Amino acid sequence: MLEIKNLQASVEDKEILKGLNLEIKPGEVHAIMGPNGAGKSTLGYVLSGREGYEVTDGSATLGNDDLLDMEAEERARAGLFLAFQYPVEIPGVSNLEFMKAAVDAHMEARGEELMSSAEFLKAAKLACKQVNLPLEFLKRGVNEGFSGGEKKRNEIMQMLLLKPSLCILDESDSGLDIDALKVVAEGVNSQRDPKRSFIVVTHYQRLLDYIKPDYVHVLSDGKIVKSGDASLAKELEAEGYAWLEGYDVEEADA
Amino acid sequence: MSDQIEDAINREYEAGFVSNIESETFAPGLDEDVVRRISAIKGEPEWMLQWRLKAFRVWQKMEEPDWAHLNYPKIDYQSISYYSAPKSMADKPKSLDEVDPELLATYEKLGIPLHEQEMLAGVAVDAVFDSVSVVTTFREKLEEAGVIFCPISEAVHKYPDLVKQYLGKVVPQHDNYFAALNCAVFTDGSFVYIPKGTRCPMELSTYFRINEQNTGQFERTLIVADEGSHVSYLEGCTAPQRDENQLHAAVVELVALDDAEIKYSTVQNWYPGDENGKGGIYNFVTKRGICHTNAKISWTQVETGSAITWKYPSCILKGDNSVGEFYSVALTRGAQQADTGTKMIHLGKNTKSTIISKGISAGRSNNSYRGLVQMHSTAGKARNFTQCDSLLIGDKCGAHTFPYVESSNASAIVEHEATTSKVSDDQMFLCQQRGLDPEKAVSMIVNGFCKEVFKELPMEFAVEAGKLLEISLEGSVG
Ligand SMILES: Nc1ncnc2c1ncn2[C@@H]1O[C@H](COP(=O)(O)OP(=O)(O)O)[C@@H](O)[C@H]1O
Ligand SMILES: [Mg+2]
Repeated sequence: MLEIKNLQASVEDKEILKGLNLEIKPGEVHAIMGPNGAGKSTLGYVLSGREGYEVTDGSATLGNDDLLDMEAEERARAGLFLAFQYPVEIPGVSNLEFMKAAVDAHMEARGEELMSSAEFLKAAKLACKQVNLPLEFLKRGVNEGFSGGEKKRNEIMQMLLLKPSLCILDESDSGLDIDALKVVAEGVNSQRDPKRSFIVVTHYQRLLDYIKPDYVHVLSDGKIVKSGDASLAKELEAEGYAWLEGYDVEEADA
Repeated sequence: MSDQIEDAINREYEAGFVSNIESETFAPGLDEDVVRRISAIKGEPEWMLQWRLKAFRVWQKMEEPDWAHLNYPKIDYQSISYYSAPKSMADKPKSLDEVDPELLATYEKLGIPLHEQEMLAGVAVDAVFDSVSVVTTFREKLEEAGVIFCPISEAVHKYPDLVKQYLGKVVPQHDNYFAALNCAVFTDGSFVYIPKGTRCPMELSTYFRINEQNTGQFERTLIVADEGSHVSYLEGCTAPQRDENQLHAAVVELVALDDAEIKYSTVQNWYPGDENGKGGIYNFVTKRGICHTNAKISWTQVETGSAITWKYPSCILKGDNSVGEFYSVALTRGAQQADTGTKMIHLGKNTKSTIISKGISAGRSNNSYRGLVQMHSTAGKARNFTQCDSLLIGDKCGAHTFPYVESSNASAIVEHEATTSKVSDDQMFLCQQRGLDPEKAVSMIVNGFCKEVFKELPMEFAVEAGKLLEISLEGSVG
C-alpha cells in the first residue's frame, strides 16, 4: 500500500525529515508517536503534497502511484486523506457544499457517475450522525466557529464520506474529552477494512486503547528511531522519550 | 501556494468578442450641436431638447471630480463618439422577426436569447446595444398587468407626463459631473412604471452591450413604483475587448412611492482591460433612489468588470419607516480599480438602512469601499448597520474602506463592522487535500465570502453571479 524509502524533506531550507523509512500494508494501522517538533505533521504534509515542503531525496509510493510526482489534489483523489491537526475555517462555504464538491471531485477522477444532491444529503446526514454532530453542522460554514473537538469530528466526517484508502490522522485526539475521543475512535474503527490503512499520529496511549495499532513507531528528529507492537506505546507512556539518545526533553517541550 | 492562487484568478474575458454590425456613428466630439443631433435622431419633443441643453451648459461649468481612490489619465471628452446605433435599427423594427439576426446572435452568444420562448421563464428583457434599445420582450404580458417597461426614448414620446414628472428629480442635473454629462447626451435605457398596488408579474431586466469602438455609453434608467407596488429589476453589462478605454456614464433613478418596494440588482461585467491595465471600460455611474413612507429600496450589485468603477448606489430615506439596503460584491483583479459604496440619507423617522459590502482584491488591483451614512435631525430613531469585509488574494493588491458618518440626531443609531481577511495557504491546502483543484478552491472560498450578498439576488441570477465569479477566477495553474 504505502512505501516510504529514505524520505528526506525540508521546509524553508531547514531539513526536517532525514531519511525516513516506513512500509504499510493494506488493512494495517500504524501509530506514530514522538516528541513535539520531531516532524510528524511534516510527514503528513510531505505525503499529501503541501506546497513549501521540498523533498530532497527518497521516494513514497501509494499502490502503484508515485506520490511525489503528483499534485496535492491528485494524491487526494488517489485515496490519500489527511485529518488535520489544526483544521482551518472556510467562512460562508457550507460543510455540505464543500463535501459534495470534494466527493464529486473524487468520483469524477474515478470516472463514476456523480451522486445526486438528494443521495449525497442522505450520505452526509448518516456521516454526521456517526460522528455525533447535530445535523445543522452540515449547513454551517466549514469549521466556522466550531470548537476544537467539533473540528476534529468534522475531519472524521469528511473521511467517512471520502472513503480513502490511506488515512493519516494528525493528532485527531488532541484536546478531546473522553466522549469525543470515543467518537473519533469509533469513526476510525468503523472504517477499518482489509484494504484500508491508517497512520495515527498521537501523543497518547488512551487513543490506542480504542484504536488498536498493528505497529507503533517512534519518530524523532526526522527519522523513525524505534518500532514495535502496541506494547511500545505503553512503554512510552510510562517512560517518556527521555531514553532517546541525545534528546533534550526541555527543549522539545518548549 | 500564493502563485497558485494568483494563477487561479487570471483568465480570459469571455464576452470580449466584437459583432460585425454596420452602424451609424457620430464623429468624435461634444458640443451643443451634438446634443441637438442626439435629440433630433430620437425625434424628441422640444422640452426634452431644452432639458438636455440646460444640462450641457451645467456640465461645461463643472470640474471632473478627483476625490476617489482611483488613478487614470485624464479623459478627453472630445475624442469620444456620443452616438452609435446599428443601421438596421434606423427604421425601428416592429417585431423580433425584423431585427437584424446578427444583433440577436450577439445576445445569444452572451447567453441572453431574446426569443421569448427560449428565455428564462418569468424574466422580461430590454436589450440595449450601444445607443439604442434593440428589443423589449414580454411587453404584452406586462401591459396586461398595467406595467410599463420600454426604452426610455420611447417613454419620452408615449408617457411624457410620467417622464417629465420624475426625470432628474432623484439625481438632479447638477448632481455631479458624470450625471450632468449623462443628462445632456443620454441615448437609451429603460423606463419602468408599476401602477398602484401592483406586484410586477415577472422579473424585469436590461442588458447593456457596448459594441462600437470609441463610443461612450450613456444610458438612463428610470423606475417608478407607485403606491404599494413591487418590482424586481436586474441589469447586466458587457463590452468587447479593446485596447482603448471606453467611457460608460449611466444614471439610474428609482422612485418608490408610499409602501412600494424596488429591488434593483446589477451584474456588471464590462471589459476590465488586460492584466497590464490596457483597455477596459471606465464606469462612472450615478444610481440613486428615493423612498417615500414605508417604502423600500434594495440595491444589490455584483461588480466584476470595468477598468475603473466609480459607483455609489444610494437611498434617500425620505418617508417615515422607509428602508434602504445595499448589498455589494466588488471583485478587482489585474490592474482594475474600484471605488464603490453607497450613501444612505436618513430623513424620515424610524428609517432603517443596511449596508453589506464585500470587496475582493487580487493581482495588483485596488478596491475601495466608500460609504456615507447621514442621519438628519428629522430622522428620529433611525438605524443603520454597516458591514464591510475585504478579502485579499495575493499580496500586491489593496483594499481600503472610507466610511463616513454624519449624525445630527441623538436617537439615531449607527453601527459599523469591518474585517479584512486573506485567502490563506491553509484554506487552499485543505481544499486541495480534499481533491479540489486550485481554481475550484479559490472560487469556492470567494463564493463563500460573498454568500450574504448572493442570497439577495433573484434566484436565476444568483446562479449566474456565482458562475461569473467562477469564470472571473478561472485560469491555468502553472
Ligand atoms: N512552515 C514551516 N516553516 C518553518 N519550520 C517549520 C514549518 N513547519 C514545520 N517546521 C518545523 O519543522 C519541525 C517539525 O515540525 P512538525 O512536523 O510540525 O512536528 P510535529 O508534528 O512532530 O510536532 C519543527 O521544528 C517545526 O518548527
Ligand atoms: Mg504536529
